[in-house]
Amino acid sequence: MIEWVTLHILEKYNFWISMLIIIIGLSACIVKENFLKKLIGLSIFQTAFFLWVVSLGDVGRNILFTWGLKTQTPPIIWKEAVENGYIYANPLPHVLMLTGIVVSAATTAVALAIVIRIYQLYGTIEESEIIEKEKEFEKMGVM
Amino acid sequence: MIVPIDLLLLFFLLIVGIAALWVKDLLAAIVLTGAYSFVMANVWLQLGATDVAFTEAAVGAGASTALMMACLSRVPRWEK
Repeated sequence: MIEWVTLHILEKYNFWISMLIIIIGLSACIVKENFLKKLIGLSIFQTAFFLWVVSLGDVGRNILFTWGLKTQTPPIIWKEAVENGYIYANPLPHVLMLTGIVVSAATTAVALAIVIRIYQLYGTIEESEIIEKEKEFEKMGVM
Repeated sequence: MIVPIDLLLLFFLLIVGIAALWVKDLLAAIVLTGAYSFVMANVWLQLGATDVAFTEAAVGAGASTALMMACLSRVPRWEK
């Protein structure tokens, strides 16, 4: 029982905390009225997902038993590291998430441009006020 | 990886993330998002992902914050 708890819950604290931050960011994306707050929630959600994927390539997870006796190194291999049996992090998730960070910056830029355009059109960036103004526009026959 | 430092950084990450979504001042929220990105860069150093760490510090904390500031100069500062 203790071994099961240690193996599946305590050692994988990165996964649990990243899931918690994913829930926070996604709920902010749904609940918040302000569009900039929605975008901040979206970027927090993206970063937490990247944290989860990079944690999958993390091989030094047995540290709660050994307390740092055999921690992982960055994925650089040199002679002493091979002789002393160092373990290094899996570099594949790092590369994938490197692409993801750049794409998330690009999507944030496009979304901010759309927010500015919405403010020019409606005069507000609160969601409920925009829905009211849309109804007014429909009555006036503008849109 | 050092476990107490890792746990402390993840705790900071949670607190700063909640604070960035909680404040009503959008300028403070954007600055807190930059702080969140810096803490996340330190978490990635702890995970051995050095390349992701400096990409995050440059793109997430630098360029993204600057873009959000540029957007905030054209929309109202306070959330209702």
